[in-house]
Amino acid sequence: MSPAPLLSAFRQSLGEAWAGGAGALLPLGFLGGAAVLVPLGIGSDTDTLKAVGPGILWVALALSSLVTLERIFQADAEDGTLDLWLQAGAPVSAIAAAKTLAHWLSAGLPLALFSPLLALMFQAEARPVLLINAGLYALGSLAFFFWGAVGAALSATVRRGGLLISLIALPLYVPTAIFGALAMSGGPGSAGAPLLLGASTLFACAIAPFAMSAALRLAAD
Amino acid sequence: MWSYFANPHKFLRLSDWLAPAFYTAGTLCILWGLWQGLWVVPKDEYQGGDIMRVMFVHVPAAWLAMASYSALAVASFVWFIWRHELADIAAKSIAPLGAVWTALCLATGSIWGKPTWGTWWQWDDARMMSVLFLFFLFLGYMALRAAMDTRQKAARAGAILAMVGALNVPLIKFSVDLFTSLHQDASVITMEGPKMAAVYLWPLMISAIGHSLLFGGLVMTRMRTEIRDRRIARLRAAALEGG
Repeated sequence: MSPAPLLSAFRQSLGEAWAGGAGALLPLGFLGGAAVLVPLGIGSDTDTLKAVGPGILWVALALSSLVTLERIFQADAEDGTLDLWLQAGAPVSAIAAAKTLAHWLSAGLPLALFSPLLALMFQAEARPVLLINAGLYALGSLAFFFWGAVGAALSATVRRGGLLISLIALPLYVPTAIFGALAMSGGPGSAGAPLLLGASTLFACAIAPFAMSAALRLAAD
Repeated sequence: MWSYFANPHKFLRLSDWLAPAFYTAGTLCILWGLWQGLWVVPKDEYQGGDIMRVMFVHVPAAWLAMASYSALAVASFVWFIWRHELADIAAKSIAPLGAVWTALCLATGSIWGKPTWGTWWQWDDARMMSVLFLFFLFLGYMALRAAMDTRQKAARAGAILAMVGALNVPLIKFSVDLFTSLHQDASVITMEGPKMAAVYLWPLMISAIGHSLLFGGLVMTRMRTEIRDRRIARLRAAALEGG
């Protein structure tokens, strides 16, 4: 099995994500918009913002995955690409994983890398830990994207699938959100939390491709 | 064994008398449990006085919330591997009922929590969170099935989601357990046997059995309806082709 369909799917996905003209700026704009609304909604008190800042970023990452994943497999199901993969005997689970990875690279990773700047806006002190947190955001958001992509694959043939993805994916986002928030809390139990975060992300990467493959075969019928 | 139960005719014959039997026995058990719980057993001041009597609905509902999701996952798995239509019919029938008992568990828990802990809802509490996410899993399952345009697609998508959800349940449970808790520890099933006083234990067990029987009866009735629904759809399609 040559890696050609895999690479082309990955490249095509990345291309689609950048094709909007704004590239990675678009998700960053989304993050900025979501984050700026929070102080307007809950007030500008320094201590409050410091407390909610890390959590707001997790929520923004989860939302970003839900918003960008809605169309990830719909076009493939509509224009016959999916049928071609299946006819060619391409490994659908690997292709789905590659597409998810490409979406994460364009809509998840930039947000994680941008997070120290937003953390400063939420009154966090400028310390190296912000960079470690950026790594944790990157790790956790990968799990968001994989579970979200399962929801997207299941609703690939559903109109207005976006709302459905949110409902399906929400319970699956729980462990990542909890471990991630715990790792950044600095409280008791936070030392082992990054490992748990990594474990739950690996779990998502291991299980989700097979669920996506089963769901995409269904979408092709 | 699966093949024996997979036959809809045998199921219809079996459930013809089993469902009413479940309803009767379940109703009697629930009524006895309620009578014991509301009038006979002494109140426990430590658990909030008279309000602890809600336990005889709350605990069976919590048990059914978990049991029904397990049943949904098993039925989905059986359908996905062996494609026995009856397993899909069972999964479809279990989901809304499971959601109702899960909601009942959340509602009675809140009612119990307000006077005892002074709050309707406690975000720190691992078990409340777990049950809430179980509720969302049920909602997602039903929404996904409803969004599919054919019966077969609904069955396949639902089965995939139920299995993915079942794989995630232990992880969700573990992650929410990391939070500290106001909730008392498990007191019915522990390593040393039940810690609860026998005066409460019996009505509680009978109540749980009653709720389970009622649940089983309702699932069977829903399955019978679904089987007939599908039969009508087939007959209609045949009549259209013939005419």
